[in-house]
Amino acid sequence: MLNSVIQITLFMVALALALNLWRLCIGPSLPDRILALDTMYINSIAVLVLFGMHERNSLYFEAALLVAVMGFVGTVALSKYLLRGDIIE
Amino acid sequence: MMLLAIILLPMIGAAVPFMTERMGRTLCAYSAAIGPLIALGLLVSSAPTIFGGEVLYSQTSWLPSLGLNLNLRLDGLSLMFGFLIVGIGLLVILYARYYLAQRDSLAKLYALLQLFMMAMLGIVMSDNLMLLIVFWEITSLVSFLLIGYWSNQSDARKGARMALAVTGAGGLCLIAGALLIERIVGSFELGAIFAAGDEIRAHSSYPVILILVLLGAFTKSAQFPFQFWLPHAMSAPTPVSAYLHSATMVKAGVFLLARMYPALAGTEWWFYLVTFTGMATMLFGAYNALFKHDLKGLLAYSTISHLGLITMLFGFGTQLAVVAGIFHIINHATFKASLFMAAGIIDHETGTRDMRKINGMWKYMPHTALLAMVAALAMAGVPLLNGFLSKEMFFSEALHLESMGMFSWIFPLLATLAGVFSVAYSVRFIHDVFFNGEPIDLPKFPPHEPPRYMIVPVEVLVGLCLLVGIVPNLTVAPFLEAASLAVLGEQMPEYHIAIWHGVNLPLIMSMVAMAGGLIMYSQRTGLFAFYERKFRHDEKIVFESRVQFSVRVAQRFTDFIQNNSLQRYMALLIATAVAAIGYALWTMPQLLGPVAISDIEPVSLLGAVILIIGAFGTVLLHHNRLAALLLLSVVGLIVSLIFVRYSAPDLALTQLSVEVVTIVLLMLALYFMPQLTPNESGNKRVARDILLAGAAGIGMGLITLAILTQPFSSISDYYLANSVSGGGGANVVNVILVDFRGFDTLGEITVLAIAAVGIYAMLNGLHLPLPQADGEGRRWDKEPHPPILAVMARILLPLALMVSMFIFLRGHNAPGGGFIAGLVTSVALILQYVASGTAWMQQRLRWRYRRVAVSGVLIATLTGIGSWVFGYPFLTSTFSHIHWPVVGDFELASAMAFDIGVYITVVGATMLILAHLGKLAQSSHSPRPATSKPYSSPELTKGED
Repeated sequence: MLNSVIQITLFMVALALALNLWRLCIGPSLPDRILALDTMYINSIAVLVLFGMHERNSLYFEAALLVAVMGFVGTVALSKYLLRGDIIE
Repeated sequence: MMLLAIILLPMIGAAVPFMTERMGRTLCAYSAAIGPLIALGLLVSSAPTIFGGEVLYSQTSWLPSLGLNLNLRLDGLSLMFGFLIVGIGLLVILYARYYLAQRDSLAKLYALLQLFMMAMLGIVMSDNLMLLIVFWEITSLVSFLLIGYWSNQSDARKGARMALAVTGAGGLCLIAGALLIERIVGSFELGAIFAAGDEIRAHSSYPVILILVLLGAFTKSAQFPFQFWLPHAMSAPTPVSAYLHSATMVKAGVFLLARMYPALAGTEWWFYLVTFTGMATMLFGAYNALFKHDLKGLLAYSTISHLGLITMLFGFGTQLAVVAGIFHIINHATFKASLFMAAGIIDHETGTRDMRKINGMWKYMPHTALLAMVAALAMAGVPLLNGFLSKEMFFSEALHLESMGMFSWIFPLLATLAGVFSVAYSVRFIHDVFFNGEPIDLPKFPPHEPPRYMIVPVEVLVGLCLLVGIVPNLTVAPFLEAASLAVLGEQMPEYHIAIWHGVNLPLIMSMVAMAGGLIMYSQRTGLFAFYERKFRHDEKIVFESRVQFSVRVAQRFTDFIQNNSLQRYMALLIATAVAAIGYALWTMPQLLGPVAISDIEPVSLLGAVILIIGAFGTVLLHHNRLAALLLLSVVGLIVSLIFVRYSAPDLALTQLSVEVVTIVLLMLALYFMPQLTPNESGNKRVARDILLAGAAGIGMGLITLAILTQPFSSISDYYLANSVSGGGGANVVNVILVDFRGFDTLGEITVLAIAAVGIYAMLNGLHLPLPQADGEGRRWDKEPHPPILAVMARILLPLALMVSMFIFLRGHNAPGGGFIAGLVTSVALILQYVASGTAWMQQRLRWRYRRVAVSGVLIATLTGIGSWVFGYPFLTSTFSHIHWPVVGDFELASAMAFDIGVYITVVGATMLILAHLGKLAQSSHSPRPATSKPYSSPELTKGED
């Protein structure tokens, strides 16, 4: 039961990733694209956590943790660029 | 041990003159003579043993793993050469004291001369062919420095370069020859090589070996057609010429002939190659010597001629010819060194070396004149002087040669002809310089005798010429006997050196040469005019133009492959890879192996689709740089997910961290660059790139598929099996990085640190124009550090650092390690830079990232060196388990310290690059110096072609 639920959820999150990519590609403005990338990071966290549950391995939670930290920093850097151009000033 | 001391004494002595230079020039000269004097004493003390027919050996381990040991031998040949090298070296040291002007550094000359002496002694005393070559190369290098002693003169530099190029090339040939010999004999030891002489001569590669070894000898001894470097080496100070170009360096080549004689001589190849090269050199040198107006030029060509004579004698291959050749080496060294010194004195006192100006010196310096005349007569081969004796032997050997059948008469004929020239130029040296009227506008007038001690070395050498010439059996006979024994071994011939053999053919040949030479000199005016018309060309110009030509060719080739176009580099690299992959695929019998392909699941398929769209989108959108960067991040993200999916968590963690650092880095750079890439590449280039990229991608995919479907055992099994037992860690990736392949990692972090410092150096002081709006026309916001972001970032810092520590500490046993931890720490710090600014960070973190990066490398290296202390090889790791209260069982591996080094290097390097890229904008904000020009970078925007 749980297995098939995870399978279905995984597929749906992956689909969401594909849709994020669609938004990223068409834009139209830069903030749209940055938002799309950030959402992709968040969806990746979901994929990793789900996959970890599927494999019954806690190691994937750490990868998810790292994606969270890194995704945040990446988005901050991109937003800072949007704001000021110069990200380290 | 004593043999080693003979070589080491001049080497240690080379440092002495620098210390005593300030105490006056005379003291400097004395101190420089100490080392060689002791060496001479050692040689004298061992002479009786050698004369008794013994050979001294000394063996010192040096590089045993390469079969290269400091194995020395002192036999008759080495002893004879040793006396020449050290004896004449000492005289040259005394002579140079008075020759060099006050402004020239004596210490530099003495140090180089002693180094040269060391190298020459090494050549003659090596018992190992490779060792001999090492010393051989040292003589080439030191002679380069000695010829270029007056490095501010263009002629000296060019002469030095020419000598180095020719003798260096010969040295390379010699190495090749030695390696071939080793392949036949199985050893570089001279004893083994001599013993295997028949084997070498019978081997199919004997001609190649012979030619290679002879090329080495001929270039060093200035044999035709390599003779051209020697006259140009005359731009050296005269003591150097007297030492290198009469007694030692140029004799190294003929020494090699003598040394290799037991192993290589005695064949037709040897006879024809060596004899005819020697003959051509002898005639060419003798002919040209007559026409040189430069005193040293005459002596240089005469040296070439005499070296040719010696070479020819070794080529004859008869026992007596070898004895004569060795004899002439001694004789030539004594009279030619004294002649060079005399020429130096004349140059010193008159300020010129042009024989058309220097005339009638007899009146001004009778003492020098007398000595020089005796030496010149020895060069001409006049009876009662040493040159006569060896020349007689040469004539007699030339007469007895029957190898050429009915054409054998050519040898005595040409020998006599060379003798005629030799007499002619000797007479010219005497008559032009010391008589022939009055001097013509000399730079220094009137000339007078040199300082007393400057002439002592000449007196000693000329005295030797006379002694050897009059009582040869009391002076030179034991040396000659011992040296010949060393070359010929068992087959020592019966010979007798005598001044008077009665009236025979050799004597008549000598007489003919004398008379012919005198007649030729009397006809000189016509001959000079003829020579000026026909045979004037400067080898230096030819040589330089060839050098410049090869430089131009190399430059053109470099320009072709390295034209500052990144596209060109990538295209060349990828094309090479495509060719390699294509070849591998072509030769494969079938693409798919027996291993089954796993099922395709929907989630992975979706991931693949996203990856492909991301990759294609990056290419399609690449004109909009930021959008392309975003899509590239998608690719990176999906790749990390794929790593997770296929159980490579270490790779995934690394990829994720690198991803963010890359984004930050690229955005820092993007700020200064145009938002849109202009469309520059034409359709043809785009088509080529699509083709290349497509071929590379498809090829890579196919070959991966092919490999993965083949059952094969990889090396990973070894690592999996040995990771815990050998490296003390369950995380194989980390154990490989810090333990199994620790040396690789050390190299990599070193490169990382160097790259970071290089980037720092490039960015330092750079000013760039700042863009005022983003790509879509929005003005920049006024608030540099939004408070919400700053507060959030500060909360995140300890958390991120904790994650980093966690990943680092457990790295040895679970995914993580120094590299990932370092990246996480860097990202956490970068976040503070982004949120709160450089100034804020600098107040709180006063590190200099350069030092951090370098100290990381240092820690890693020290960890590696640490294992030496315990007697293990570099970077051997150890580990043990200790029990800590509360924490429990804890493992401590020495690899952990290494990992700390990796961690610190990564943090230092990353921060160095990013923080300084960030600072770039600040320094560009500040008013720039009025003198600096606006920065523009043609390379960044320039297309290919």
